[in-house]
Amino acid sequence: MKIKESFGSRLFDAVNIFFMIVLVIVMVYPLVYVFSASISDNAMVMSGRVVLWPKAVTLAAYERLVGNPDLWISYWNTIRYTAVQTFLSLAVTSAMAYPLAKRWLPGRRLILLLAAFTLMFGGGMIPTFLVVQKLGLLDTMWAIVLPTLVSTWYLFIMRTFFEALPEELEDAATMDGCGTMQVFLRIVLPLSLPVLVSIGLFTAVNQWNSFFDALLYLNDRSMYPLQIMLRNIIIAGSNVQGEGNTDYIETLKYAMIMIATVPILCVYPFVQKYFVQGAMIGGIKG
Amino acid sequence: MLPGILYYILFKYVPMYGLIIAFQNFSIGRGILGSKFVGFQHFTDFFVNTPDAWKLIRNTVMLNVYDLLFRFPAPIILALLFHEIRSRTFKRFVQSVSYLPHFLSTVVIAGIMVTFLSQQTGIVNHLLSWLGFERILFLGQPEWFRTIYVGSEIWQTVGWGTILYLAAIAGVDPTLYEAAKIDGANRFQQMRHVTLVGMIPVMIILFVLTLGHFMEIGFQKIILLYNPMTYETADVLNTFIYRRGILSADFSFATAVGLFQSVIGFVLVVAANRVVKKFSDTSLW
Repeated sequence: MKIKESFGSRLFDAVNIFFMIVLVIVMVYPLVYVFSASISDNAMVMSGRVVLWPKAVTLAAYERLVGNPDLWISYWNTIRYTAVQTFLSLAVTSAMAYPLAKRWLPGRRLILLLAAFTLMFGGGMIPTFLVVQKLGLLDTMWAIVLPTLVSTWYLFIMRTFFEALPEELEDAATMDGCGTMQVFLRIVLPLSLPVLVSIGLFTAVNQWNSFFDALLYLNDRSMYPLQIMLRNIIIAGSNVQGEGNTDYIETLKYAMIMIATVPILCVYPFVQKYFVQGAMIGGIKG
Repeated sequence: MLPGILYYILFKYVPMYGLIIAFQNFSIGRGILGSKFVGFQHFTDFFVNTPDAWKLIRNTVMLNVYDLLFRFPAPIILALLFHEIRSRTFKRFVQSVSYLPHFLSTVVIAGIMVTFLSQQTGIVNHLLSWLGFERILFLGQPEWFRTIYVGSEIWQTVGWGTILYLAAIAGVDPTLYEAAKIDGANRFQQMRHVTLVGMIPVMIILFVLTLGHFMEIGFQKIILLYNPMTYETADVLNTFIYRRGILSADFSFATAVGLFQSVIGFVLVVAANRVVKKFSDTSLW
């Protein structure tokens, strides 16, 4: 029994679609503009003649950045911080979550409670800084990797996932002569691949994008990750290598944004599925 | 399991122990055990002798009010509208596009804001001047800061924020819609009484979680966007702690302010959870 669409309903559809188109434009326009500005002539950008499409296309800003060794150093830093943290984080989190998923573990409740408590209360910026300093981690990769190594949310998500795995599988493997370690590595982890991929991706994007820990813990220029370099160029407005040359000053900023963002934009379409999936798992638990 | 526990002890519980320095005149040379206790001196210092104390608290609260008023409802409305799109392909396309900003870093977002809003060279001011308006020094005026902050926050999070709401909508029993139709509910009434009501549990949980971040509201973005000209509205507790604690190495004082902040945050979450528990079946724990 299909009732004829009322006028109000059809009007709403039209308005809704119009609104969605506006939304898409609002979401995409800044990125398009950044791209256009990054490959346009500096004077065109400064005077506001670049609105949507690039004018007087030139790669000068990129050439400028590519020729700057600081960029490559910071790029490499970001890559290695991200890779090391993602790997270690998955290893440590899963190794902690697995025993916590076993009901017979003594003290299980206490450990979970203590972990959950850190979600609501913590020492804060300064005491954590002092710990990192005391451990002698300042100006090393470990100051970036270690303080945010385990996320309590991800720990809980993994634990829930491990708990849901059928115990018979593990029992069968044990009977076939697998030790606990082998069960974990050969049975549990492969079965948990979707969760591991989701959490790994979140950790990686987070680390790739983070700047504050680096601002706190790193003073040595050669340790700076990409985001700090980006911040220094755009927000603190420092010229690359302090040259007085202002020929590229604006386009350079846009080019730098592109360089820092493109890797994420490139992988985004392929991994979006995992992200959405991950957000849901997190949500159900949360 | 051991490395995990070690992590929690080292980076979560040792710093909590380190909160002691809020009651000391801590110096790195003498350490926690050797430093002199001064009781609540740093707290009185902050509340009584720091003229900016109330400004910091006011700004923290105000940014949260703006955040709850504008940023929080945005994904709820968007999820409702997404749900009403008839074409599946179009819906998926719009959703994917709206998720995108979520993956940009805070620095990139702040960078886009800074370049776009620049008084002389930014595209926003070029547009304003074409339209015959005065150019505005957006990031140098305190009255603009909250709008800029919340606006950029909405732009970045609104799409991604719909995911949980859409999941909730997908979980709504389809027979409810049938029943509503038979009862003569039109499309808007269905939206309000079925779809919106279906999202309530998620709203409650996200609301409590948002309160959990009350005290540290987006301070990483604030650090990137503010400057002494906009401190009047932009300076919050956490940015102050950063300047005093890290930049001026005034460890004890900054820790005291931090402790005040953490305690308030903690009380807020616990209280919010209590209230929520009392009036509904949903709660965090």
